[in-house]
Amino acid sequence: MATAVDSRDGHADAFAIAAIIVLGAFFALWGAANATDRAFAIQMWTALTAFLVGGVMLTHQLGRGAVAAVTRYQDGVVKAGVIASMFWGVAGFVVGLVIALQLAFPDIFYFPDFGWTNFGRLRPLHTSAVIFAFGGNVLIATSFYVVQRTCRARLAGGLWPWFVFWGYNFFIVLAGTGYLLGITAGREYAEPPWYADIWLTLVWVVYLLVFLATIWRRQEKHIYVANWFYLAFIVTVALLHIVNNIAIPVSLSGWYSYSLFSGVQDALTQWWYGHNAVGFFLTAGFLGIMYYFIPKRADRPVYSYRLSIIHFWALIFLYIWAGPHHLHYTALPQWAQTLGATFSIMLWMPSWGGMINGLMTLSGAWDKLRTDPVLRMLVVSVAFYGMSTFEGPVMSIRAVNSLSHYTDWTIGHVHSGALGWVGFVSFGALYCLVPWLWKRERLHSNALVEWHFWLSTIGIVLYITSMWISGVMEGLMLRAYNEFGFLQYAFIETVDAKVLLNIIRALGGGLFAVGALVMAYNLWRTATGSAPAHERASDVPAQPAAVAAE
Amino acid sequence: MWSFHRWFERHSLILLIGILVVVSIGGLVQITPLFFIESTIERVEGVRPYTPLELAGRQIYIREGCYTCHSQMIRPLRDEVERYGHYSLAAESMYDHPFQWGSKRTGPDLARVGGRYSDEWHRAHLDDPRSMVPGSIMPPYRFLARAELDASRMQDHLRVNRILRVPYTDVQQANAVIDARAQAEPNGDAAYDFEQRYPGAVVRDFDGDPARVTEMDALIAYLQMLGAGVDFSTYQAEAPENQR
Repeated sequence: MATAVDSRDGHADAFAIAAIIVLGAFFALWGAANATDRAFAIQMWTALTAFLVGGVMLTHQLGRGAVAAVTRYQDGVVKAGVIASMFWGVAGFVVGLVIALQLAFPDIFYFPDFGWTNFGRLRPLHTSAVIFAFGGNVLIATSFYVVQRTCRARLAGGLWPWFVFWGYNFFIVLAGTGYLLGITAGREYAEPPWYADIWLTLVWVVYLLVFLATIWRRQEKHIYVANWFYLAFIVTVALLHIVNNIAIPVSLSGWYSYSLFSGVQDALTQWWYGHNAVGFFLTAGFLGIMYYFIPKRADRPVYSYRLSIIHFWALIFLYIWAGPHHLHYTALPQWAQTLGATFSIMLWMPSWGGMINGLMTLSGAWDKLRTDPVLRMLVVSVAFYGMSTFEGPVMSIRAVNSLSHYTDWTIGHVHSGALGWVGFVSFGALYCLVPWLWKRERLHSNALVEWHFWLSTIGIVLYITSMWISGVMEGLMLRAYNEFGFLQYAFIETVDAKVLLNIIRALGGGLFAVGALVMAYNLWRTATGSAPAHERASDVPAQPAAVAAE
Repeated sequence: MWSFHRWFERHSLILLIGILVVVSIGGLVQITPLFFIESTIERVEGVRPYTPLELAGRQIYIREGCYTCHSQMIRPLRDEVERYGHYSLAAESMYDHPFQWGSKRTGPDLARVGGRYSDEWHRAHLDDPRSMVPGSIMPPYRFLARAELDASRMQDHLRVNRILRVPYTDVQQANAVIDARAQAEPNGDAAYDFEQRYPGAVVRDFDGDPARVTEMDALIAYLQMLGAGVDFSTYQAEAPENQR
């Protein structure tokens, strides 16, 4: 993973990172020595190991880095991000498959003597692995790639981008192993404990600074549209993360903490965070991918420059209001619920504006869908984006939500966005990046991309249709009355009715995971294999259809 | 008009500030009023802070990820009120740091599970869910009955809760460790004092193992008090102060 040190930065970056490592190791050792519980002690030993490994890597880097020539672009960290993305992707999909099998076959996949394998602990592991580990690494890798190409500037900060990469992945390991140990903050998608939250804040601020400083080095007058989306993603996620995770730890040497907010305020802050993790992590960031990789792969300019401006500002303004649609009919005051639903419905428009901008970029290049399975994957991801951003506003309508909320319909909705949009756009970007980064003329096998495409597509269709049927069915069963005016079904009868659908869901998830394994093999062969080496002729950025009038 | 946008495209800090302003508006308008509008939380009788044992049980509930499958929020819909009981009030979770309303019912809502089943039922159900509910897909929690409850830090837990304005008294905080055991030992010396400190709380050997206070004791104590605090025979849903 070693790469050239940017000579202009001297060694200030290395000293600062070394200081962070020493401080981190010191805190970890202190925490391990004074731990109030075993789980925290294990976390601190894990952290200490990570900091020591980090120290060794830094020393090794300095030993050889000074002599290495400075390359035009910092691609080493992007390569590392691609590898990490693929690793976490496969891991996250497999854990997802395991918990789907637990719900389908509880007698086989639960182990009474191994409580840490229970659904309640694996489910946060699955969600965090796919959203933050897979998605996060894809975003860091692609943003570092795109910002360099569209600014025609080398990544700023010397070793700091490497700090972002390793620091972020250390956060993932700390959080993920913590879930298995029973360490959680108890709020969905904001489950990492207080010390992991603090560490992530540090990493994230460095990420923002590296990204901004690279933009400051740009040799283009304009900041390309993909970078607006990446910037909005980085800044807003920082804001959400910090506000939502304010908590008071019971002890500095224990994992448990109490959220600053309680009850109804805690609920709204959490879903303000939770929905905008979707809006900014899983949408804005991945739209940045769409705005670079689709024009690049199709070799066409972005369809409409003006639409991208409207899309950007309308999307980020409206998204932040949408959280309360997760709290319909709850003890949250109704004015807040109505406000959230209203903005959720309005959000349909900028979402489809973005979809149109992405799809229409293929104008004049539609024939490539037949011959280029990678471009097809990117385009189908935008189609799934359009589908789930239509379904979302529908589900935020009170009457619909009264049926869909708390049911599998929500799970189906999430996965049409997560597997279809986030998954496919990431796969498309990774399929583009590997030949570019490892200087290969093409992928090892386009036929395997076809296999991946169809395995995943069939998997997604099985997954989301089974969850739609399951969700609507249980919603209707739970509100059904018999002719005497009594509730017709006990809760367990809805569980019994879903057995087959749970199996179909696991089958769909299994196909998706197999597809990802095919992809990992294909990328591995591409990077190491025999496809001829190739120096890319054009590393110039894709341009919008028109540039603002001077 | 479009040329105006070049300010954002050419100056990263203007773009950054623009983003921050645009994304701040929604959150400020929606979230901040909840801390100031008095009617956000109803005024009801009967909601009390958790006893140390219940609080420890709540930590186990969070630790095991129960919230990933069980909600604690009954909506004011006919079928839910008939299935689970009176719809949940904001006041009933006002001491919950964090809230546990949940978002998915892979299993049923638990907001009012307190008192609905016996301790023995919970024990058998947590030990092997399918022994009590054939067809259930819930994981087994047998290990809770074997795990001795570690309540040694309970004073710190109550101290942090008091910082967050949960109304524990000095006496409750000072006796938190004793009280965590006392609630599960009906024949113990501290049971009487515990009952004085927490009027309305139940003292029982929740896990049926009089020799030890286990994590099973704590979790069942927590489950058995869920939603049982408010006396809905006196609650005035139509009173002006409860209209939201």
